[in-house]
Amino acid sequence: MELQYQITNDKMVVQMPKEVDHHIAGGLGREIDFLLDSWNIRTLEFDFSETEFMDSSGIGVLIGRSKTMELHSGKVTAVHLGERVQKIFEKSGLYRIIETECREGK
Amino acid sequence: MESNHMQVRFDAKSVNEGLARMMVAAFMTDMNPTLEEIADVKTAVSEAVTNAIIHGYEEECETVEMVCDRDGQQLVVTVEDHGVGIVNLEEAMQPFFTTKPEMERSGMGFSFMEAFMDKVEVQSHPGTGTKVVMWKYIERESE
Repeated sequence: MELQYQITNDKMVVQMPKEVDHHIAGGLGREIDFLLDSWNIRTLEFDFSETEFMDSSGIGVLIGRSKTMELHSGKVTAVHLGERVQKIFEKSGLYRIIETECREGK
Repeated sequence: MESNHMQVRFDAKSVNEGLARMMVAAFMTDMNPTLEEIADVKTAVSEAVTNAIIHGYEEECETVEMVCDRDGQQLVVTVEDHGVGIVNLEEAMQPFFTTKPEMERSGMGFSFMEAFMDKVEVQSHPGTGTKVVMWKYIERESE
């Protein structure tokens, strides 16, 4: 599984995989932390445009990164949330922790 | 009334979480579910199988068993491991409770199973393993 990141100035966009589960979560978290430490990132954006499935392991990754970003005095946002990811955000209360933007017309 | 039964055993490896989700989705296709119902069941199964792998066996490879039963429009999914078991079940089922915060486990596993299924029952004994039984009634009638 190849993960995609895009860094522009102090903003990093993480293209989230199609399925976010425990299998992918550990490596994903570690890789993001490595990049956050290497670059002076102030805004971390999770792009869910490709994501069709996410379970509570994904929530762990997002909460973990929002704690890291708090230490960096930065912020975390999540964009292009599909219906499924929206439901997971609702059920877990992630909406109260992370700023979001949904997919248009979906 | 249509009935069906499936019993599968797979290694307690994280790569099999996706496999378990695909198998349960394929099994229930015949019940003419909505996409949302399929996604709900896949989420609950993913949580139960992940628990078995991380907690049941502490990631030492063993076998996880998943049994799916159809009775009309009633789906019953059982996920069982023969791992360490749960000492305090009431505590384990509390939202945000986790014994593995260092692994960034959110503690939402059982909450998600309960949120996405109609009913969840957990039987667990320390040292012998954990069995999770989940029910979901598929509303849409078969054509």
